[in-house]
Amino acid sequence: MNQPASAYFIEERHDPNETHTLAVLVQNEPGVLARVIGLFSGRGYNIESLTVSETEAQKHLSRITIVTTGTPMVIAQIKNQLDRMIPVYQVVDMTQTRRSIERELAMVKVRGQGEHRVEALRLADAFRARVIDATTESFVFEITGNTDKINQYIDLMRPLGLVEVSRTGVAAIGRGPEGM
Amino acid sequence: MSDKSHDPNQMTGAAMIVRALIDHGVTDIFGYPGGAVLPIYDEIFQQSEVQHILVRHEQGAGHAAEGYARSTGKPGVALVTSGPGATNMVTPLTDALMDSIPLVCISGQVPTHLIGNDAFQECDTVGITRPCTKHNWLVRDVNDLAKVLHEAFYVATTGRPGPVLVDVPKDVQFATGTYHPPRKSDVHRSYAPRVKGDASQIRKAVSLLAGAKRPVIYSGGGVINSGPEATKLLRELVEVTGFPITSTLMGLGAYPASGKNWLGMLGMHGTYEANMTMHDCDVMLCVGARFDDRITGRVDAFSPGSKKIHIDIDPSSINKNIRVDVPIIGDCGNILGDILQVFKAEAKKPDIKSWWQQIAQWRARNSLYYRKSNDVILPQHAIQSLFEATRGKDTYITTEVGQHQMWAAQFFGFEEPHRWMTSGGLGTMGYGLPAAVGVQVAHPDSLVIDIGGDASVQMTMQEMSTAVQYELPIKVFILNNQYMGMVRQWQQLLHGNRLSHSYSEALPDFVKLAEAYGAVGLQVHKPGDLDGAIKEMISVKRPVLFDCRVAALENCFPMIPSGKAHNEMLLPEQANDEATAKAFAGGKALV
Repeated sequence: MNQPASAYFIEERHDPNETHTLAVLVQNEPGVLARVIGLFSGRGYNIESLTVSETEAQKHLSRITIVTTGTPMVIAQIKNQLDRMIPVYQVVDMTQTRRSIERELAMVKVRGQGEHRVEALRLADAFRARVIDATTESFVFEITGNTDKINQYIDLMRPLGLVEVSRTGVAAIGRGPEGM
Repeated sequence: MSDKSHDPNQMTGAAMIVRALIDHGVTDIFGYPGGAVLPIYDEIFQQSEVQHILVRHEQGAGHAAEGYARSTGKPGVALVTSGPGATNMVTPLTDALMDSIPLVCISGQVPTHLIGNDAFQECDTVGITRPCTKHNWLVRDVNDLAKVLHEAFYVATTGRPGPVLVDVPKDVQFATGTYHPPRKSDVHRSYAPRVKGDASQIRKAVSLLAGAKRPVIYSGGGVINSGPEATKLLRELVEVTGFPITSTLMGLGAYPASGKNWLGMLGMHGTYEANMTMHDCDVMLCVGARFDDRITGRVDAFSPGSKKIHIDIDPSSINKNIRVDVPIIGDCGNILGDILQVFKAEAKKPDIKSWWQQIAQWRARNSLYYRKSNDVILPQHAIQSLFEATRGKDTYITTEVGQHQMWAAQFFGFEEPHRWMTSGGLGTMGYGLPAAVGVQVAHPDSLVIDIGGDASVQMTMQEMSTAVQYELPIKVFILNNQYMGMVRQWQQLLHGNRLSHSYSEALPDFVKLAEAYGAVGLQVHKPGDLDGAIKEMISVKRPVLFDCRVAALENCFPMIPSGKAHNEMLLPEQANDEATAKAFAGGKALV
């Protein structure tokens, strides 16, 4: 194909994108999250989901779980770029290990009356969602599961009067007795 | 309380900063005072171990510190105030990040209680400089300051070197706390750059090298950053293997330009033989370089038939642009030593006579050819004359960015590392003049020349005033063609010769400008006067602006047109309008 007149070679990449979940163990210090997010925006990487919280207060360790998409070469770049940051201890590709569990929590507000209310409750039961707030015309459901399950539940709530959704993003952990 | 007042480690934050500089062996810093760093300047005033060089603009401080660092191998230090002082440092910090130059910048900040209030000369310095430093810190407690300063020096100078910034609010500079000398625990436990290469990867590399029929060594700035041992080992490896070697812009001088295996620089304006060797090789050993887009040309046609070995201290350089077969992560010097050891023990010099014959044919194309003139000075000729006149002298070269920079890389031969200071990755016009100031501070008795263009030098011209103040006899050798030459070259090649804003309508009289600064101005128009003028420039023991009027429309060749591969170079004798149009044929019609 013809290149436009440019000082740069513009490459078309055809490698298929993959979705990976990365667990990043960092020193919990001011600015550390900004560094990680800045890396993604600055280098044009995608963030599908981001979850962060201190996990070991005494050691000042936080765990950041990032779901990202990219070609295999880009995913490898992301891991290397994260790993070379000064406050980053470890980067584990939870997808590559193939032995991880992923969970997300969502709170789903649904407003409706009559048959819609009953149907919402019935579906909540099927999805093992709990009612954590109720009025005569609304429910807030709490649902936990992998991203697909939550997406599916939200889709089902839409025609029943979905008002709003709040999601935590993905948290992931490896199976078996070994730590990260 | 009375005990504490006698404790020599009790001091103000400002005093800690000066003390830490001394503890890290810093003898010269570059800076500019302002409200938020006055306590530090007060400390500087009361001591004599650290010399402060007052620049005229903070960008100048940053580039001077870079020049200092690149020419010595030690970290460069800059001191700037909050707000505009810090934002003016963004360019040099980014420049140092791209070229892996160890730089420690200390910036003042408004007092902690005012942070976030849009105070006078406040800006979010750590936020702004986060993507252009290797790491940065905002120090909110004076008792953290010593630890942070020591860590800053450690991070800047270890692993892949780079710039760091420590932002110190004014109240922290005034506050009293406890200082401690550098110690291991000052550094993040999460920071541990790998030095030693993996032994099995090194064996794989050696077996590839030993079996090579058409090898090439492609070295970069990492070899120079690694230190004198890496340079020595690289030269030894070339000797032991007999392989041809080329280098990036940043790597010039690691292998001597007079060495018999030297192919010249590679890449967009590299030599034909270097690029053809890269394209046709069967084994490539990349040492401390990063397959930058100026080097590779079209990536899907980059050296298609070769097995690639890549030595780099930064794992993120591996497989970033080009997939390699044998990555080895660690320090260049360390790994080159291991490779040499295994190679000497287990392999013998491969027979690559026919490869050298092929290279000789490429060399015979004489890709750096240009037509000399008796009427007008060709820029290539000017660089060659400068090179000849400085042969055998203790010379350091800095450059600005553009055509003159490429000509300098092509025509000035470097025999040793740390002698060539140029802005490679970021391509910062205005780098060379302040960098020369920094180099001259580090090497007061050496000959320091900034090879510049008429457009670039005006970006940081104010630093001539610094050179005059500190009696730094830098020579600013301006290839004056009255154009932004490289911009114009691209406009000619790619934008239908529409020379949009690349001509300088109103240049200053550089001779008078030099005199206005209290420096010496020289001007030369005729090829016959060039050598004499250069001789005069060198003999003057004061700063000189040398206005070398050169052929206005000369362009820089050879060249890999964009979107083309190494074996599709445009050579100077082919660079007529028709061939050029064809080589650059793309989405736009060419004249």
